[in-house]
Order: sequence, then C-alpha cells, then structure tokens
Amino acid sequence: MAKIQAAAAAKIAEICDRHKDENTPLMMILSDIQNEYGYIPLEVQEIVSQKTGISVAEIYGVVTFYSFFSLVPKGKYIIGCCLGTACYVKGAQQVIDKFSEVLKIQPGETTEDGLFTIDALRCIGACGIAPAVSINGKVYPKMTVSQVTEVVAQYLIAEEKMKEGETL
Amino acid sequence: MINSVEKLNENIAVCSKRLSDKLTGADGRRHIVLCGGTGCLSNNSKEIADKFRELLEEKGLFSKATVNQVGCFGFCSQGPFVKIYPEDTLYRLVSIDDVDEIIESDIINNKVVERLLYEEPSTGEKVSKQDDINFYKKQRRVALHGCGVIDPENINEALGEGAFKGLERALSMSRQEVIDEVLAAGLRGRGGAGFPTGRKWQFAYNSESDEKYVVCNGDEGDPGAFMDRSILEGNPLAVIEGMMIAGYAIGAQNGYFYVRAEYPIAVNRLKIAIMQAEELGLLGDNILGTEFSFRCHIRLGAGAFVCGEETALLNSIEGKRGMPRPRPPFPAVKGLWGKPTIINNVETLACIPYILRETAENFASVGTEKSKGTKVFALGGKVNNVGLVEVPMGTTLHELIYDIGGGIPNGKKFKAIQTGGPSGGCLTEEFLDEPIDFDNLVQKGSMMGSGGAIVMDEDNCMVDVAKFYMEFICDESCGKCSPCRIGTKRMLEILTRITEGSGTMEDLDALEELSRTVKNNSLCALGQTAANPIDSTLKHFRDEYIAHIVDKKCPSHVCKNLMEYYIDPDKCIGCGLCAKGCPVDCIKRTDYVAEGHKLASFAINSDACAKCGSCIGVCRLQAISKR
Repeated sequence: MAKIQAAAAAKIAEICDRHKDENTPLMMILSDIQNEYGYIPLEVQEIVSQKTGISVAEIYGVVTFYSFFSLVPKGKYIIGCCLGTACYVKGAQQVIDKFSEVLKIQPGETTEDGLFTIDALRCIGACGIAPAVSINGKVYPKMTVSQVTEVVAQYLIAEEKMKEGETL
Repeated sequence: MINSVEKLNENIAVCSKRLSDKLTGADGRRHIVLCGGTGCLSNNSKEIADKFRELLEEKGLFSKATVNQVGCFGFCSQGPFVKIYPEDTLYRLVSIDDVDEIIESDIINNKVVERLLYEEPSTGEKVSKQDDINFYKKQRRVALHGCGVIDPENINEALGEGAFKGLERALSMSRQEVIDEVLAAGLRGRGGAGFPTGRKWQFAYNSESDEKYVVCNGDEGDPGAFMDRSILEGNPLAVIEGMMIAGYAIGAQNGYFYVRAEYPIAVNRLKIAIMQAEELGLLGDNILGTEFSFRCHIRLGAGAFVCGEETALLNSIEGKRGMPRPRPPFPAVKGLWGKPTIINNVETLACIPYILRETAENFASVGTEKSKGTKVFALGGKVNNVGLVEVPMGTTLHELIYDIGGGIPNGKKFKAIQTGGPSGGCLTEEFLDEPIDFDNLVQKGSMMGSGGAIVMDEDNCMVDVAKFYMEFICDESCGKCSPCRIGTKRMLEILTRITEGSGTMEDLDALEELSRTVKNNSLCALGQTAANPIDSTLKHFRDEYIAHIVDKKCPSHVCKNLMEYYIDPDKCIGCGLCAKGCPVDCIKRTDYVAEGHKLASFAINSDACAKCGSCIGVCRLQAISKR
C-alpha cells in the first residue's frame, strides 16, 4: 500500500465510485484502471477490494483471466500484431517474428528501456488490410517483414527528438 | 421528444425527405460521403474527410457540397472509398493527394475522375456506380441495411431510413404475436449455432419473473469475422431497435450490450446512438406513449474469446472470470443475475427491425427451406475482393468466392475455404457448388459459425492452418473442464511435432482419438468444436499430413523445418543482392559460372539459414525459390 501515491489511490477510489450504481461493476472498474494506468498491480487490487467489498483473491482471478488486464506495466509503445486468421494466412507470423528479432523480446514482453511491448492480438477486424499492425492505436495496413525495421526506427527517432527537446 | 406514434411518423417523414433529397440531389447540393469503418479509417479516411472540408472551405464551396463519414461499404480491399451523391459515383483507393483533383474535376466541373474508378478485373471496364460492381451485384442487404448509407452518429439519418418503424409495429401487436412473427420469419441465430430465435424468445416469455434481460452478444471473437463490428459501426440503431423489440416480446426492461474492447469505434458509435435515442425519448419510460419502458447499457469485454459463449458472457457481465456454466438451466430460465435472459448476436438483432417492418413473409422469401433470409460473410484471406458481403442463404460457395470475391489473386490455385472460424472446418473444391445454409454446411463437415470465410490457396499448408487454430483454442480455453484444457494442449503438441518433422503415423490415430474425447466431453461449444479444423483437414488433406510425417516435406513450403530456400545456379547472375541482405550471412558465392553469365552464382547454406525469406524478395531474376 505504501508504494502507491496518495493521488493515485484517490483516483482509483474515484473510478470505483464512478460505477457504484451499476450491478456487478468489477469489469468496468478494472477496464478503467487498465486504461488509466496501463496495469493493475496487487496494491491497486487491494484498494478496489476495500471499495467494493470483493475479495482480493476474486479480483486477482479476474485480472489474470482476461488478456486486456496486465499485472505489470507495458511499454510506452504497444505494438499489437494481429494474428487473426486473415492476417495469419497473409504472413502475420513472419511480421511478429521480425518485431521479436528486431526488439529482442518475445510477444507479451516489454523492452528493458520500457519503450516497446509486443502484443499478439486476436483479430482486430481489419481483415481487408491484412496483415495489420496497430501501434498505440495507429494501424499500419498490409505490413511486410521488410517494413518492420523502418517502423521501429521511426519510433526510436521520434523518441530521440523528444529527449533532445527535453535537454534543450 | 418523440413520445407518440404520430410524432414518430412526422419525424420519419421529415428525415426521409431530407435523406432522399440528399441521395437524389433534390436539395441542389453535392454530398461527399466517406467510408468510416475500421479498415478505411486506418487507411486515413478521416484525414481525407478533413482535407475535403478544408479545401471546400478554401474554395468557398461549403454551401455547394457537404462531407460526411458513414459506416462500412464492405469492400475493404478497395478502401478508402469516397462516394459522391446524387450521381452515386464511387471512387476507390483514394489517398489524401487525390482530394484536390476530385474537388476540381468532379465537384466544380462535373467531370468524373476516371483513374479513381473501380476497374472490373474480368473485363477491364471502369465502373462508376456501386450497384454495377460485380462484388455488390449478388448481394442483398438486410442486416447491413443502412450501413454505408447513413451517418451512424446522426439519429435523423437512421430515422430517414425507417428506424423504429419495426418497433412501432411490434408495439401495436401483442407480445405473443411478435414472437410468432419472428418464428414465422424462420430467423435462426447468426452467432453460430443457428438456434431459432423465436423459440429462444418463447422460452424467456414463458418464464415467470419480476425482471428479465436481453443481452446482445457483440463479443465477436472468430478471427477473421467482422460483420458485428461493421453493423455496430454502420447502423447501431438497428441493433438497439432489435434489442427493444426483443425486450418488448419477452417482457424485459433492460438490455445489455457486451462488446469487445478491441472495437473502440463501434463502442463509441453505440454510445452516441443510445444517447441520441434517450434524448428523443425513444429509449426510457413509456416509449411511443405505450406502457413499454426500456433502457440500454454497455459492458465491454476484456479480451477473452470464450466470452462469446453465452453463459461465459453472462459471468463476465457479472464481474467474474468468463467461464461457461453448465446448462441446463438455460439462460432463458436462469440467466443474468439469475433472471430469465435471452442472448442474441448483433447480426440476429439487426435482422429483427427488418422482419417487423417488412413482415416475416418478406424476410422468409429468400433463403433455403430451413435457413431463411440472408447471411453476412466476412470474406478474407487469399481472395481478390476482401470484404463484407451479405447474400441470400443458399448462395453457393462458388458464387461467394468467384462471382463476388473475384477469385484467387496472382493466378494461384484455390485450395480450401474455412468457414466457422476455429470452430468450423475447411471445404475443398468438390464442395464449391454446395449451397450455403446452416444444415448443409454442418452436413459437409464445417459450420456456418458467425460467418468468417477465409479462402486459402496452394501456398497455405493445411497442417499449419490446423495448428494455427489449435494454438488459438488452446490459448483461449478457459481451463474449467479438463477435456478442453488438457486435450487441446495435447493436440497442439502433436500438431507442432508434425510441422517440425518429428511426427509419426501413430500421431494421426492419437489426434483422432483426442478429437473424439474433447468433442464428446467438453462443457461448452468452445471445446465441443475445438477439433473441427483437425477433423476436416485430416479428412480432406490427409496426404499433406503424411507428406510431413513420412517424406519430411511440407508440400506448400510453409513449415520452416521442412522446407529450404534454394538458388537456381543457372538463373543466378551473381549480383549478390541476396547475400547483402541476409541477416545470418548464410549466402556465399560459389565457383560455378553459368553459361552466358559473367559472375559466379550464389548458394544458400541451408543449415545456417534462418528462413526469414528476405532473399526471395530482393532477387530480380526470381532465381530463388522454396523447395
């Protein structure tokens, strides 16, 4: 508990209150926390437990069941590779393998610098532009293996520029 | 406020006139509409719309033309689309740089921009109108009614298309009469199982309770299917109206939409539609001045395929792990929070307003004897025209793949079509003339499922496809019952072994036995259908399995351990482009100089090769192939 800042604790309590008129709102609460902070650690689950009266064990069970909820923070840029059937038959596996090779992490993992996470996504419904990759919501249509390095480089360059801006 | 039938009809009259003036040009203006589905939006259709607005303002044309984003046009592989009314000119593959030309040529000088028109591949002819394109010719839009025509964020346009007319008729009937009408239409659940919708409603109607619920299953998890998303994005009010009619029929006052979190645009448009309906009094208390009150709520999924199973979905809404419940009791007796509940798929509910508005007879006038109406398919994979198509039940697979889908790209050979996603099976060439309906597909070893239709060509390895689906199912199995939890894992291990070249013929027997066990003993449909892709590939492509096991070869050159890249020394001119790009440095020059060539050819050291395929793309002489 001590690790969570008072402001964050207040925000989480506010999220719980937001849905208090709904019947069984646990999923709604967890979705909002996931969207706000990018992950739902045990300390946060304890606050949700105190606010809702649901046991931490049960909340933990729900958090670990659904792939959208994460116990650990994700990277600043989340590279979602669609592995739906339409994307798969058009070579999505090679694309995600290439991201893994370039970033030296497996799907589901985050780079050490906290910049990138690779997620293997279930069909995002963009089958017309398969294989599709979505990075923080921006969708890259018809990705090819040869584009992967360049796409990663774009984010690295943007990141460099941001850093320079900070030091100036 | 629209609080009576008279007010509704007044509003519809005004809105219909406005919409038809727009479509026919009677208002003296031009109307530019852009596809706002997920596919086109990710190809910058929003930016293109903004550019239109910016340029129209710059040129002082704002009074002459409007710009609107509508729902999915369905023809995703040709997006982004721009359509111009009243001429009904359809431009495809439009980029932001084309906007200026469209305005200068079409909007100002009334001259069609030929180069942006769709070209029919079979004839090479340019087609300017949507209805004249082969892709659309055999389609009939019932569930997709209004999609790609109306602005989904403007309730007035939906009213212009006759929204709530179905509800109006339903409210004039008794609840039993509404159920009878749906029964007469022969509507069967579009989510996969094909259970008669009216019978489901009858069960819930017969259950006595102070509170009942309608749940819309928008947890479209079948990878490769996106019709529910498109309907919610293109005409959310049709689904809301369908839900209200269901609510009236069974005696429910609250409806829950359960939508995948992966569909943010659909969720947002649904929210807007609910809000606008509430503002007009079309949702809330005493709807259209009757005793009927109804409210809609939205709940989001969180990435679990099994939640598409109706009882797992209910658990998820109840804030629990999305695990299925044993049935009976069926949800129609004991469902959400223990109350009688009906769960209908998005597409099913989207058909309901049509049935009530146009009558059951009209709906049932198309289709086959036991499968009435139309079905939306998400046509994808190795087919020219990728997109969303709605065809009458009974259409043949051949019509779907060739007449509508435009055949297989790059002159490749058709191998199979997978219908029903991971729960379905593949159908081969011999089934191409089979009419598509619920029972026929099951009889032929596949199933309708939610309507995903993935076409595969000679480059797809069927063992690899079976492994892909099993990986998916294994990952998504909730773990509650052991046949599914353990059985799918064992089947995946065997398939992995086969694709890696260490499978044995006994493995095939083991697969068949496991398949039977998992099918007969799993708790829910996820497990009961999990082995279908294995069964059907084993049945139709047993030779491919045997090639992997006995010859240690992948006939389609997909499985990495069982194929290699090869440079034809007589074709190679020794330029070295492939060697330069090789990430593992396994391509070396040999001392062989082919006749007529100046430089020695290159060769790949297969032991060191990572099989990334970079080389094959850079070779300008097509000297590199897989074998």
